[in-house]
Amino acid sequence: MKILLTLAGKEIRDGLRNRWIAGAVVVLAGLALTLAFLGSTPVGTVKASPLSISVASLSSLTVYLMPLIALILAYDALVGEIERGTMLLLLAYPVARWQVIAGKFIGHAAILVLAVVLGYGIAGAVVVTAAGGDTRDLGAYLAMVANSALLGAAFVALGYLVSALTRERSAAAGVALGLWVFMVVLYDLALLGVLVADKGQTIDQRLFVGLLLASPTDAYRIVSLVGSDAVAAVGGLAGIATRVGLGPGLPLAVMAAWVVLPLGAAMAVFQKKEL
Amino acid sequence: MADGAIPAVAVTGAVKRYGAREVVSNVSLNLAAGESLALLGHNGAGKTTLIKLMLGITRGDAGEIRIRGVRPDKRAFAGLRRRVGFLPENVVFHDTMTGRETLSFYARLKGEPATAVDALLDRVGLGEARERRVRTYSKGMRQRLGLAQALLGDPVVLFLDEPTTGLDPALRRRFYEIIAERQSLGTAVLLSSHALGEVEARIDRMAIMKNGRLVACGTLDELRRATARPVRVRVSVVPGKARAVVDGLGGGGEIRTVDDTVVELDCAQRDKMRVLHRLAGLDGLVRDIDIAPPGIEEIYVHFTEGAGPR
Repeated sequence: MKILLTLAGKEIRDGLRNRWIAGAVVVLAGLALTLAFLGSTPVGTVKASPLSISVASLSSLTVYLMPLIALILAYDALVGEIERGTMLLLLAYPVARWQVIAGKFIGHAAILVLAVVLGYGIAGAVVVTAAGGDTRDLGAYLAMVANSALLGAAFVALGYLVSALTRERSAAAGVALGLWVFMVVLYDLALLGVLVADKGQTIDQRLFVGLLLASPTDAYRIVSLVGSDAVAAVGGLAGIATRVGLGPGLPLAVMAAWVVLPLGAAMAVFQKKEL
Repeated sequence: MADGAIPAVAVTGAVKRYGAREVVSNVSLNLAAGESLALLGHNGAGKTTLIKLMLGITRGDAGEIRIRGVRPDKRAFAGLRRRVGFLPENVVFHDTMTGRETLSFYARLKGEPATAVDALLDRVGLGEARERRVRTYSKGMRQRLGLAQALLGDPVVLFLDEPTTGLDPALRRRFYEIIAERQSLGTAVLLSSHALGEVEARIDRMAIMKNGRLVACGTLDELRRATARPVRVRVSVVPGKARAVVDGLGGGGEIRTVDDTVVELDCAQRDKMRVLHRLAGLDGLVRDIDIAPPGIEEIYVHFTEGAGPR
């Protein structure tokens, strides 16, 4: 445990020193505030609470931004250290290879949590203050923040898998970018395309929800939306899932699996890797 | 040589292949506690791979390696790993950490107390720079920080890969002083090097690698004898007496007259004393005698470019 905390602590300090955390907080808070104030205009006097509107707009932003931030943080975690030569020395120490990954994961996950909590926390506080202390749907907002961190953790784990599989940093960056495009953009597009082509013949609602759930980003959308009825109405594709009567349990389990499985795979690949 | 019963390092028939290429071929060597060994060879001779095998970072394809009797690629080695020091070639640290933070990080990984850190930084001469970020360190300072981390945990074995590249002569001397100090405490030291001249006087034994094979291993004297390289005797003679000296030597090696005051002679090691006796007999003709045994450069060239394995 001491080894893991030492490794994690180093990553966190690195994140603070190279302004990574500060940068991520500014980006997240800035975008959240922009969305909150752009989004508040058309709401006018509709009964939806300002926080629930924020949840809807923020979660549709987070679903793109968070995976990108997490992958940038993680893609060179292993291959970068191997390329720079710091990994060789680390492995000469009494540190098992799985511990290298686990320690980094704790550190990087903490960095993301810190960035999300600070960034969205600041934005949330501003929104509540601007609405004259209207704290309706605070629970949904907090759940969205936690859920966003979980989404980040899943993509950190995926980033490690990319990092363990590639031999060069530049290749890892390319693969990570491709992964982001596929998971965040193409998967949903492909799903829509199949749905349109199929015209409801073989893909029933149950299978469709299953395919949606298979993706961590859609699982994230579903979890964020089921928290609030007002949000579900504006939730797009994933809104369908909430209408099927899906609770947050299953999509959360899917997201947890997207953390654990890539992490385990990264450990297995790294264990066999020739340095 | 305490712990004489178990060698600090024992390598038997180690083989490592990358695809079809054999990078380490059937290498065997031993290193006792308190002993030092220089691993010499061209780039790509397999030195670094051999060190990685000994550290258990890479798994070999055949043969056996034991550090203090334990195989380094096994789980049982985890405890002993605290007592192994390693300085990689061109050591790199994280730029954003200070020297002290860097060493504290490695100390925690080895389960060493934080108090060890400051003492070690002083020892390698980084006491003043301890709170500065590694980014601002010179090459020599980074190398010293690298040595400091290798010395953590009272190591029983030190693996130093090209440790003195980039060090100026004064630092280099200090470096070897610290290594000698560790040796006297019973640490076995294995270092790889290009710098032949500097290891000559400071290292107990040399191992020369070529294309993954160990082509020679022994003390400098042993290697010298194995090469059968001639000893060069340079005789300063009284001006004009060169001819007489050559006649007086009466053969016994290859004799050249450099000019009328210098005669050079290459003779086999075993003939050396006979030649010196003859020269001593030429009293009045000879002013001075220099004897140059084959140097490490010459021995190195002999083994790396010459015949190949023993």
